[in-house]
Amino acid sequence: MNSIVCIKRVPDSEARIRVASDGKSIDPSGVKFDMNEFDKYAIEEAIQRREAAGGGQVTVVTVGGDDARETLRQALAMGADEAVLLRADPSLDGLPIARALADEIGPRPFDLLLFGKQAIDDDGMQVPAMVAELLGLPCATVVVSLDIEDGRATARREIEGGHEVVEFGLPGVVAAQKGLNEPRYPSLKGIMAAKKKPLEEKDVVLVDGGLELVELSGPPARPEPQIVGEGAEAVPELVRRLRQEVKVL
Amino acid sequence: MADVIAYVEMRDGMLRPVARETVSAARALADELGGGVVAVALGGPGSADAARELGSYGADRILAAEHAALTNYHPDAAVQAIESVSNATAAAAIVFPASARGKDLSARVAGRLDRSLAAEVTELSVEDGAIVVTRPVYAGKAYAKLRFRATPALISIRPNVFPVVEKQGDGVVETLDIEPGEARTRVTGIEGGSRERLDVREADVVVAGGRGLQAPENWNMLDDLVDALGPQATLGASRAVVDAGWRPHGEQVGQTGKVVSPSLYFAIGISGAIQHLAGMQTANVIVAVNKDPEAPIFGVANYGIVGDAFEVVPRLTEEIRTLRDSGG
Repeated sequence: MNSIVCIKRVPDSEARIRVASDGKSIDPSGVKFDMNEFDKYAIEEAIQRREAAGGGQVTVVTVGGDDARETLRQALAMGADEAVLLRADPSLDGLPIARALADEIGPRPFDLLLFGKQAIDDDGMQVPAMVAELLGLPCATVVVSLDIEDGRATARREIEGGHEVVEFGLPGVVAAQKGLNEPRYPSLKGIMAAKKKPLEEKDVVLVDGGLELVELSGPPARPEPQIVGEGAEAVPELVRRLRQEVKVL
Repeated sequence: MADVIAYVEMRDGMLRPVARETVSAARALADELGGGVVAVALGGPGSADAARELGSYGADRILAAEHAALTNYHPDAAVQAIESVSNATAAAAIVFPASARGKDLSARVAGRLDRSLAAEVTELSVEDGAIVVTRPVYAGKAYAKLRFRATPALISIRPNVFPVVEKQGDGVVETLDIEPGEARTRVTGIEGGSRERLDVREADVVVAGGRGLQAPENWNMLDDLVDALGPQATLGASRAVVDAGWRPHGEQVGQTGKVVSPSLYFAIGISGAIQHLAGMQTANVIVAVNKDPEAPIFGVANYGIVGDAFEVVPRLTEEIRTLRDSGG
C-alpha cells in the first residue's frame, strides 16, 4: 500500500495571531509553529495502512519555506519513508498550491493520497478536492473512518447532524478529520531514524490563481464584557438583559 | 455578463436552511453587478417543487434537475451540472454554502474550472467592478480581504451570517437535463446521528459545555436548557470534553472543531482557551457561566455570571421555561 500525504506547517492552535506591519502577513515573532493537527491523522492512516499491508511507501509532501523541513522531519519521525519539500512563497489562495501538488504527485504511483481536512491557518478546506479534480481522482473529504477491501474504499464523512457513507475505487483522495485514528507521537528511535531518511527539495513557482490579498486585519472588537452577578441569583437579571438589551430571547 | 450562480443545497427533497441564505447572498451580489441569479438545484424526484420558493429570495431562473441518483449528494454529477451552467451563462460568480457538502463541492468545482475559491466568506461586495470578499483566517483570529481578478469568482458563504431577504417575484423553474453517469465517488447513504437536533454550525442558539461540568452524565442539565430554548437551539462542546470522550467530535467548537456564528452562545464551564475563543467569537451575543472570575471566556462574553454551573444552569432553564410558557 503506497500513500502520499500532503502536510503543512502552521501556527499552533493556541498561538496569538497579530497582523504584521505590512498588513498582508502575520507577525511570526513569539508564534509557535507545528504540523497542522489534521495532517497527523492523515500520516497515521498512511502508516497504519502500510503496516497492515506488510509493505509499501509513505511519502510526505509539503509546499513551504525552508522551515517546513522541520515539519517533514516530524512526519518521517512518525514513520513516513521519504519527504519532498516544494519550496515556494506562501499563498493564501489554495489553487496555486493545489496545482503545484498535482504537478508533483500526478506522475507518482500511489493507492491513497491523503490530506488533513483543513489547514488551520488559511482555513481554505479546498486543496484536497482541488487536487483530486486536477488529477481526475475520486475523493472523500472530512473523513472519520476508512475501510479498504479489494481496491475499493468505503469512507464515512462528517456532515451536519450525521455521516455520509462514500464509496470509491483506488487510487483515491482522502481528507482526514479528527476521529479517523489516534496519531502516534514520534519515538526517540523514530526521531533518530528520520535524520537518515531521504528529503528531496525543489523550487517551484506558484502560478497566480487570480485571487489577490488586499489586506489582513484583526477580528472585529467584541462589546465591553459585563459581569451580571454571582450565582443563581443573577439569572433573572441575565434573562432580562438578554430579552431587553440585546433581544435574543 | 454578470449573472451569479447559486448552488442550492437540498436534503431529503427539502431545501436546507442555508439554501435561502445562499440565494439571498447571490441576489445581493447580482444587484451590485447588474445581473441575474441562476439557482441550481439538484435532487431526487419531486425536489424541483421544493426549489420553486427560491424565486421569493431573488432567484430569476431556477434550474432543477430531478433524478433518483441525485437523492443523495452526487459530487461528480453536481460538478458537471455547475460546470455546464457556468459555461452556458458566463457567470461572474458562483456562490455555495460553506456547509459540509458545499465546501466539498465548491473545491471540486474550483479544481475542475481551474478557478480560485474563497471559502467561509463573511462579507461580499463589488469594488471598482471586481468582486471583493472578507473571510476569517486562523479561525477568526484574523480576517483576509481578497479581490478576485478572474471569473467566475468561486465563493462559499459561512452559514448564519448572510441575511435571508424575501423579494417580490417568481423565479422561472426550468428543467436541467443531466444524466448522472457512473460516479467516481458514490454516496451510498446517510447515517443518522441525532437528527432531532440541529448541527452546531446551523443553530441559532448554542449551549456549549466544558470541563466545568465535571462528568458526561451532567450534560442532562444542558439538554434541558437546549429543550427550553426551543428547536433552534443545539449543543456544543469544548475541545477538552471531546478529547476526553464525553461528547462527539461533531459538537466541538473551536479552531480544530467547528467555527460557529449563532445569535446566542452559552459557554458553560468553559474557561476559554484561545483555540475555543477563535471558534465562537463571531457569535452575536455570548453568555459565560464559570466559577473562575479570571477565566478568559469573560473577556469575550457580553454577559457573564460567576458561579457554579450546577446552580446557575437549572435556574436559567427554569426562567426560560417560564418565559416560553408565558408566551414570551
